[in-house]
Parts: sequence; C-alpha cells; structure tokens
Amino acid sequence: MVWNALLLALREIRRNVLRSFLTILGIVIGVAAVIVMVTLGGGATLQVTQQIASLGSNLLIISPGKRMGPGQTAGAPAFAASDAVALVRDIPQLAAVAPMASRAMTVVYGNANWSTQITGTTSDYFKARNWTAKSGRLFSDSELRAGAAVCVIGNTVRGKLFGSQDPLGARIRLQKIACEVIGLLESKGQSSMGTDQDDLVVIPLRAFQRRIAGNQDVGLIQVSVRDGASTSRVQQEIERMMRERRHLSENEENNFNVMDMKEITKMLTSTTQVLTALLSAVAAVSLLVGGIGIMNIMLVSVTERTREIGTRLAIGALEKEVLLQFLVEAAVLSSFGGVVGIVLALAASVGLASVLNVPFVFNAPIVAVAFAFSAAVGLVFGYFPARKAAQLDPIEALRHE
Amino acid sequence: MSQPTPVNSAAMIELRGVTKTFGKGTAAMQALRGVDLRIEAGEFVAVMGPSGSGKSTCMNIVGCLDTPTSGTYLFQGVEVGKLSRDQRALLRRHYLGFVFQGFNLLNRTSALENVELPLIYRGDPIAARHQRAREALAAVGLAGWEHHTPGELSGGQQQRVAIARAIVSQPAVLLADEPTGNLDTARSQEIMDILTHLNREQGITIVMVTHESEMAAYASRTIHFRDGLVAPVHEETA
Repeated sequence: MVWNALLLALREIRRNVLRSFLTILGIVIGVAAVIVMVTLGGGATLQVTQQIASLGSNLLIISPGKRMGPGQTAGAPAFAASDAVALVRDIPQLAAVAPMASRAMTVVYGNANWSTQITGTTSDYFKARNWTAKSGRLFSDSELRAGAAVCVIGNTVRGKLFGSQDPLGARIRLQKIACEVIGLLESKGQSSMGTDQDDLVVIPLRAFQRRIAGNQDVGLIQVSVRDGASTSRVQQEIERMMRERRHLSENEENNFNVMDMKEITKMLTSTTQVLTALLSAVAAVSLLVGGIGIMNIMLVSVTERTREIGTRLAIGALEKEVLLQFLVEAAVLSSFGGVVGIVLALAASVGLASVLNVPFVFNAPIVAVAFAFSAAVGLVFGYFPARKAAQLDPIEALRHE
Repeated sequence: MSQPTPVNSAAMIELRGVTKTFGKGTAAMQALRGVDLRIEAGEFVAVMGPSGSGKSTCMNIVGCLDTPTSGTYLFQGVEVGKLSRDQRALLRRHYLGFVFQGFNLLNRTSALENVELPLIYRGDPIAARHQRAREALAAVGLAGWEHHTPGELSGGQQQRVAIARAIVSQPAVLLADEPTGNLDTARSQEIMDILTHLNREQGITIVMVTHESEMAAYASRTIHFRDGLVAPVHEETA
C-alpha cells in the first residue's frame, strides 16, 4: 500500500513539475540556510580554536592608557625598556617578556615597496608568540645589544617585496636605514580579529628606538606565563608592580591595561558560537515557513483536485489510501527539497568558506538532521491537507467544478 | 475489515422501499420516497427522468456512494446500508465500474495509467496491471493509444478511456451517468455500441442514466423516475 501511494505520489509530482518545484523552494532555502550557517559557524569556531594554539599559550599584553574603550591609550606615559627588565627580575612565573615599539611604515626593496608594521622588540617576542623562523635565523644577543640593522620578515612582506626570490641576505630600506634580512618567519595566517599576522617586519628594539622612533619609548609589553602558573595571579602581580613603578596612589585608576589574550580569544569563540546558533535559529524559522508553504500548496492542490479525489474514491480508493497518497506526496516533495537544499548548501559553504577565509568543516550530523527535519516538515504540514482530501464525500467531490 | 461477500442467487440490485432525505427539520427535502427496484444480472437498464426526480440520488445509492435513509438496498444480497464507508469502497473496487458524463480522467496522465488506476488500488502486480489495461483499451477500440494523455484525445476517445477504466477490474455492474451527455451523435452511437457489446459479450450489467430516448433505446429496459418514485411501467410508451 505504501508502494502504491509512492507510485501515485510520484506520478502526481511528475504531472506538476513547476508547481512541485515552487512548493519545495521554501524547504530548499530553509535547509540550505541552516546547513550553510552551521557549517560556516563551525569553520569560524575551528579557526578561532586554532588561533588560540597559534597565539602561544598564556599570553598577556600590557599596554599603557586608561581603560576608556577599545584602542584608546591617550593620556598615559609609555613604558620603558627598564619596565621589561624589572618584570623579568621580579616575577619568576614569566617565561618571556617582550617590550615592543611599532610603527606603520613603507619598506622598499628594489622597485617594490610595501606598507607594513615595523616592530622593534627582543627575542622574547618570538618566544612569547611561539614563533619560529622558517628559514634563516632570529636575532642574536649581540645584535639586540648593539641595535644592529638586521630584520626578520613575515611571509606576506616576503611575497610583496621578493616574490619568488630568496630574501635572506638582501637589504631592505626602512626610511633612512638599510636592514639586512636574516630570517623569514613561519606563516601564521589571519588572526581571530581578521588581521594578517604575517604582514610585519621585526627589528631589534634598540635599532627601532634609535634609528626610527628617536626616543626610548616602549609602546607595549607582551609576556607569556610559565606553564602551570596561574595567569590571573600573574596578571594581578603585574598590575601591582606596574602601579608601583608608575607611582600611582591608591585612589588613582590604572593608566595601563593587562589583557589576557586567551580570555579575549575565548570570548571571541563564544561570540562566534552564539552568533552561529542565532543565525541557525533564524534559518530554522525559514524551514518552518517552507513547511507552511507546502501546506498552503497542498491545500490548494486538494481543492483543485477535488474531482480527481472524488473519482479515486468512486473507483474504490479507501480513505486511508487517499490520505497516504497525499501524505507521501508531501513527504516526497519536502525530502526532495531537503536533498536539493543539502547539495546547494554544501556547494555554497565551500564557496563562502574560501571567500571568507574560513576552513570548510563538513558537519554530517547537521546534514542528517536537516534532511530528517525536511521530511518531517512534509509529514506534519501535509497531514492536514491529506486528511481533508481523504474525508471528502465522493458524491460532493464528483459534483465539484 | 471484512470484504462483503455477495450471494449469487439474489438479484444483482434490489431496492425495497428506499427513501433518502437531505437536510433536517423544516428544511428537510425528501429526494426518494420509497423506491422499489429490481435489476437482474445481465440487464441493460436505462434510467430516465427530469432533473430533481431523484434518479441521481438513486444512482448514488445503487453505486454504493451513498446509503438510504430508510428501506434496504441489497447488492447481490448484501445489505449496503449496513456497511462502513471503507467496506462500500471495497464493494465499488471489486464489483462496480463508473462512467461519468465529464469523463473524470486524470489529465497529463497517459491513457494506460488512467486505466490501470483501479488495479493499483486493488494491488495487482505491475505486469498483470499493464496487460489488463491494454486489453481494456483494446476492448474499447483504443489499441495503440496507450501513451496519449487526455489532452491529446477527442471527447469520444476520452469517454472510451473512461469506459476502459470502468471495465478493467471486470466489474459485475457498470454505472454510467449520462455517458453521452458531452458528445455529438456519431460519438454517442460509438459509445452506445461499446456499452451494448460489453453487455452482450461480457455479460456486464449496465445501469445508465440518460436524458435522450435515442440512447435509452439501446437498453433492454427503461426506468422512469418522477418525484422521488419509480413511475409505473405503462408511462414508458410516452
């Protein structure tokens, strides 16, 4: 009986190809939207998780300025190299302390030039960021002490200035100084904030202060906490010490910030997840609307096919056979819509993932759930029209114009 | 559900004091007011009467689509009024064939698929289904037209497809409701020839409602309805 209903339902769908297509459009869009949202959200979450690892564990960033809002650091004195020295000396739980000074600048090599971020820092910077040289080497102690004109470049800068050439040993120009490229950094890709982490040139802090900035300021200190030590306790320790060094009285607010990068990344991850859930919920609503669309078309179809239903009943179709036929029709339509939606969604996800620079993560459970849900939508929203058809009085139905 | 089993010795169709009332209270309308009717197996009966005379109501009851308000309707000895909706559907499926004035074929569906529809409900296997459907189409002179849809067929051909659909399940009784109402004289005569042939060669009992006495002339007996009753036989000559 189910096979017969399936046969009759398929014939019915074939009879009305265009209408069938329009009927399933809502389901197609709903299923596709849910899958795309979940897939892209999953990719984004994975990316953020990977970045937690690539950031280096237990990274804290100390920046000058009152907590006025994101990026606002005005009205507070910069740090000095001596602050970094004091941190190393007084807080044994720190694995690396990297004082940093940065400036956006154009670097030139031959005919090529590229605007990038120049950072002056120490070897601890690479240690804190868990960063190694892909080729060449990092700074030596003597180069750091002397403020030598050497630099380590990120992969993006290498691509822009050197193309396929080997950058090692070449001299690039930063304003007035010529710097020898001694190392190329491992590629890190995009950060969770969407910036290109490989777009940078690193030089010794002394060289930056003397030859570029012309002062002794340190704009930022990045520190990493030893494994096993409590990040929040170290954070408090740093705050206490920096307040002392900056001569802040008890009722004065901090004029610096200690940010835990891991906290920020965690926050970003949960934001991504909440956003994914929210967008998926919106997409699920469109699936519901698609179901209502099916019910609508099925109801119209029952009215339009009243005489046909009357004929079927007259030649001996049972009530439950008519019910089953319409129910199967709705279920076949909506699950076909589900399949089309899944195919569309996977194609769109792959495309969007590459455009948005997010890894594509195939999520089998959500595909299965979306398919099951689309079939269920057909059954639920097809039931009412199907029952209406089955309960028609054959005499009335045959008289229907 | 149990399928009703006919009694062979009984009349094919027997109505005893059948009444049918539509509506309730003061709005009640009595369409049939005590119809007595007996049709034997193998008869070809024409049913005539002005509209509102109760002939359609009576045909619906004979076709097991409706049940009497009072009185008894025996189909091959089975009291139809006591059957459930599904049991009556099974009775129609196995013993009755319907031909309608408006053909009522599924459009955009081939003649073969239209004709095999009753067999699908009956659960016949696909090969037997196609074989029987082809035979039924051949019996109405439409061999070779199996894959044409109703839109590609003339009115007369469509009605022949409908007849093929009605006889494909080899029913005991064929009920035809003004089968020639939508057709011109030549096509009408073709249809009547087919019905007469089916009645004579295959022994199918035929009950046909018609407005035209030319068509009624093909039948072996004519029943006249008037005001919810079967009119006495002597009026037949009018």
